[in-house]
Amino acid sequence: MSTDNQGPVWEVFIQTKAGKPYRHVGAVHAYDKEMAMENARDLYTRRSEGTAIWLVKAEDIVASQPEDMGAFFEPSNDKPYRHPTFYVMPEGAKHI
Amino acid sequence: MENQKRLDEFQAKIDAGIKIEPKDWMPDKYRQTLVRQMSQHAHSEVIGMQPEANWLTRAPSLRAKKILMAKIQDEGGHGLYLYCAAETLGVSRDQYIQWLHEGKSKYASVFNYPSPTWADMGAIGWLVDGAAIVNQVSLQRTSYGPYARAMVRICKEESFHQRQGYEIMAEMAKGTPEQKEMAQEALNRWWWPSLMMFGPHDKESSNSGQSMKWGIKLESNDDLRQQFIDKTIPQVELIGLEVPDKNAKLMPNGSYKTSDIDWDEFWNVIKGNGPCNSQRLKHHKKAHDDGAWVRAAAEAYGKKQMELVD
Ligand SMILES: [Fe+2]
Ligand SMILES: [Fe+2]
Repeated sequence: MSTDNQGPVWEVFIQTKAGKPYRHVGAVHAYDKEMAMENARDLYTRRSEGTAIWLVKAEDIVASQPEDMGAFFEPSNDKPYRHPTFYVMPEGAKHI
Repeated sequence: MENQKRLDEFQAKIDAGIKIEPKDWMPDKYRQTLVRQMSQHAHSEVIGMQPEANWLTRAPSLRAKKILMAKIQDEGGHGLYLYCAAETLGVSRDQYIQWLHEGKSKYASVFNYPSPTWADMGAIGWLVDGAAIVNQVSLQRTSYGPYARAMVRICKEESFHQRQGYEIMAEMAKGTPEQKEMAQEALNRWWWPSLMMFGPHDKESSNSGQSMKWGIKLESNDDLRQQFIDKTIPQVELIGLEVPDKNAKLMPNGSYKTSDIDWDEFWNVIKGNGPCNSQRLKHHKKAHDDGAWVRAAAEAYGKKQMELVD
């Protein structure tokens, strides 16, 4: 049984309706693109959860490492000028 | 590697309500607990299709058949959500299934009881799914991200399961005397197994303390069981059936006091001596083995597709 194979893992992203961002919902196993699409539809959209699906083979995803968290995503606190609140507006300025 | 500092940081994350994600560092025991619990949960969803599939070809109407089919399909889906989430812990689906077949991994004992009448379809949806909902609602806040997200999806789908079951029971309870009796008997059959679904008393639950500390589990077995009892007894009374526990009594605090569970039966079924243990596993193995050629063919086809692309 250990020689058995369920096929590669595909990560599934769904857009709930036009204009909304795609969101990760889970994964499926499938042996090719077409089967992955059918499996994703059957598994993740049984109740009109979405109108569009993206599939990405899990092995093709490039992900950051948790160890990078500190340095890689340094909030740049030394660059407050990236935020709108940094700037002094003249008294009485509106719509800006 | 698991020095105190890492453990402390991990615990601090849990205490701050920050979810643990697959690539994050986690103590081995945390991972092992999740591997055990999530695979057991996934297997339960899948094995749980069997007692209901028993009535699929004999559903009393087309409406009933369509509903039952949709519910069973959902349960298969729940199994798949959970296997996917459990695979993020670094164990393959093949491995999980192998452990199930080897008896190294368990599934909910409640599915080792038979479903001899149509009323059992009512009782299972109402009580077994009802008990599962109480547990799963709580698990939506569990500390492992993929598990929590799978629970949110599952909970959205579960309420239809419970309602369709209660509808069957309510209909039968107001039917002919024979139908009402059939409903009462199904209630009697599933009442105690449903209460057992929450597991042993807290004081006898060996892993409970650590699981609570790690936020894997958020409420104790006894607290969850009590929530279920308090919700369900009024539902029993509303449709004119009787709670199969002479000692069930409403307390001044609005909670019900009930008899203690027959724990010998509980452990006996867990050990594999329930009425359907061997049948359930045998059937799962057969279905898996019967599908082997389909997987082999699909795999060969998939490889060929890849070659064409290259
Ligand atoms: Fe389920
Ligand atoms: Fe269910």
